[in-house]
Amino acid sequence: MMIPSLLHRFKIQAGIFGVLVCLIGVFMLLSPETFLSSRIYISFGSTIPFVAILALGLTFLVIAGEMDMSFPSVMAIAGLTFTDVFLVTQNPFLGIIAALLVGGLAGWINGLLVVKVGVPSIIATIGTQFFWRGLSTLLASGLARNIVPVRETLLHHILVGRIGGLIPAQALWCLGIAGGLALMLNRHVLGDHVLFIGDDIHTAHLMGINTDNVRMLLFVFMGTVSALVSVMVCLEMANWWPTQGEGYLLLVFASIFIGGTSVFGGEGTVFGTFIGAIIIGIIEAGIISAGLSGFWTRLVYGLIIVISVSVYARLMNIRRALH
Amino acid sequence: MENSCQDNRAISPLLSLREISKSFDGVEALQSVDLDLFSGEILGLVGDNGAGKSTLIKILSGVHAPDTGQLNIGGRQVDFKTYDVRRARRLGIETVFQDCSLGEKQPLWRNIFVGRPITNRLGFIRVREQKRAALEILHHHVGLKGAGINANARVRHLSGGERQGLTIGRAMYFDSRIIVLDEPTTALSLKEVDKVLSFVGQIVRQDKACIYISHNMSHLYRVAHRIVLMNRGRIVGEYLKNDLSLEELGVKLMMAHTISDGGR
Ligand SMILES: Nc1ncnc2c1ncn2[C@@H]1O[C@H](COP(=O)(O)OP(=O)(O)OP(=O)(O)O)[C@@H](O)[C@H]1O
Ligand SMILES: [Mg+2]
Repeated sequence: MMIPSLLHRFKIQAGIFGVLVCLIGVFMLLSPETFLSSRIYISFGSTIPFVAILALGLTFLVIAGEMDMSFPSVMAIAGLTFTDVFLVTQNPFLGIIAALLVGGLAGWINGLLVVKVGVPSIIATIGTQFFWRGLSTLLASGLARNIVPVRETLLHHILVGRIGGLIPAQALWCLGIAGGLALMLNRHVLGDHVLFIGDDIHTAHLMGINTDNVRMLLFVFMGTVSALVSVMVCLEMANWWPTQGEGYLLLVFASIFIGGTSVFGGEGTVFGTFIGAIIIGIIEAGIISAGLSGFWTRLVYGLIIVISVSVYARLMNIRRALH
Repeated sequence: MENSCQDNRAISPLLSLREISKSFDGVEALQSVDLDLFSGEILGLVGDNGAGKSTLIKILSGVHAPDTGQLNIGGRQVDFKTYDVRRARRLGIETVFQDCSLGEKQPLWRNIFVGRPITNRLGFIRVREQKRAALEILHHHVGLKGAGINANARVRHLSGGERQGLTIGRAMYFDSRIIVLDEPTTALSLKEVDKVLSFVGQIVRQDKACIYISHNMSHLYRVAHRIVLMNRGRIVGEYLKNDLSLEELGVKLMMAHTISDGGR
């Protein structure tokens, strides 16, 4: 009795986890020498966390019924802040503080536009996306920054070092962040507010939730998360470049929607997004080690996204405007 | 019970609204409305669609701030700059809104405590307590006996009447001093209506008070002690139940509508 009812309640999470297991199984069959060795998983542990952390932050906004298209550009401006402060002061800790402040500020501006001015979030953040990308390219005169000395700093070891010479620190950060956010969403009053705001903002308001403050907070949070990931990327690559962050946009959306978060808001899980990010992260390696051309990657992404969101639509039996 | 309304006049009201005006984008929804609510009374609020009833009680419950006017609760004047739903609840006002205020995709145990979950000091929700309370509400306060009703059920699977029952059960549970019910019975079966009306009836014995809004005159007439008639944002009549019959109330209501239509 117990197990089937649990399965029923968590059918989406169970489904997505099943997909991940199947994928890994198929890849193991196709290229056992790669997928049965630990090296590939350590490499996943260094790349997937960046997408996963971004997607986790954005999941909260999507559950609240909002969107943030600007995070790749917020990464660029925050990353530039980090590298420039580091280059001037030689202090990476000052750099990350400045970067987080800039990220938070960018998120706050998004929040102002959406919550106070009333611009729909997708439109407001497309605007700020251009703005921050433009500003960072201008400030950097279109040139990349090299920060090789950062590899010797404590911050590098803390955020992206290899623990025991093996496990990427960012993977542990990612796990910790995912655990903390899952707790927030499911058990904290803030998560409760986010769910109701996304479900029906009118109800949330009538029931005494300060919808403005919660939405502002989520935008600031997403800005800060983008800044954190951009610093991690700069540290990992010892580099900043003007198009930093651009490649993450679609991967992050794919992770969230493969993970079963509803684009209509009010529904979504941290676990789903986390597994979604892993699925997105292993496909490319799986395809290439199976001997297929990298061109297949996008096609497979496309298939997995379309199939998974179709399955969710049937499972949850929600179609828009058919309440 | 005969003289309870007259007796109430002597004591100070539980709550009083003075010269409340509110307009939305130039449309005047309320024009200088005065209203008192006394301890132990059930006040019926009636009026045509768009008369301003819901707007008035939303001001009372902290959803809207009025453009002008004052609100006194328990003799203290409320500062509208800081007044909101939370504060209204803290001052003992519990409202069942006309628009079923539930999160469709959320489980019942979240819906019952939305906006005021039971938490520990760090803000983490005591889920088990909330689920237990949810079951208690479902079993004792609302007659939700349909298949698949449990604390984890989602509101989107509930029938219209079950939803309405849930919002009323939620209000009963919090045991507030002032209970505002805006069209609480539109979707309910006769049996459930009886339950709601007897709940409202109990309010009097406990020195509480209730504002009951309804288009159903026979429901309203059964419970109300005093009936206030609104029309186009104004209060146009006030009657003690003992002074008029249900038929006379119907006539008053019709007349208010025709007069206002004639004035257009
Ligand atoms: N949020 C709002 N924005 C704009 N106009 C509003 C808003 N709320 C109410 N109104 C307008 O104010 C007037 C009064 O509405 P209200 O909901 O108070 O009426 P009501 O007496 O409750 O009617 P009903 O019996 O149909 O529920 C209506 O003309 C309505 O269109
Ligand atoms: Mg109304």
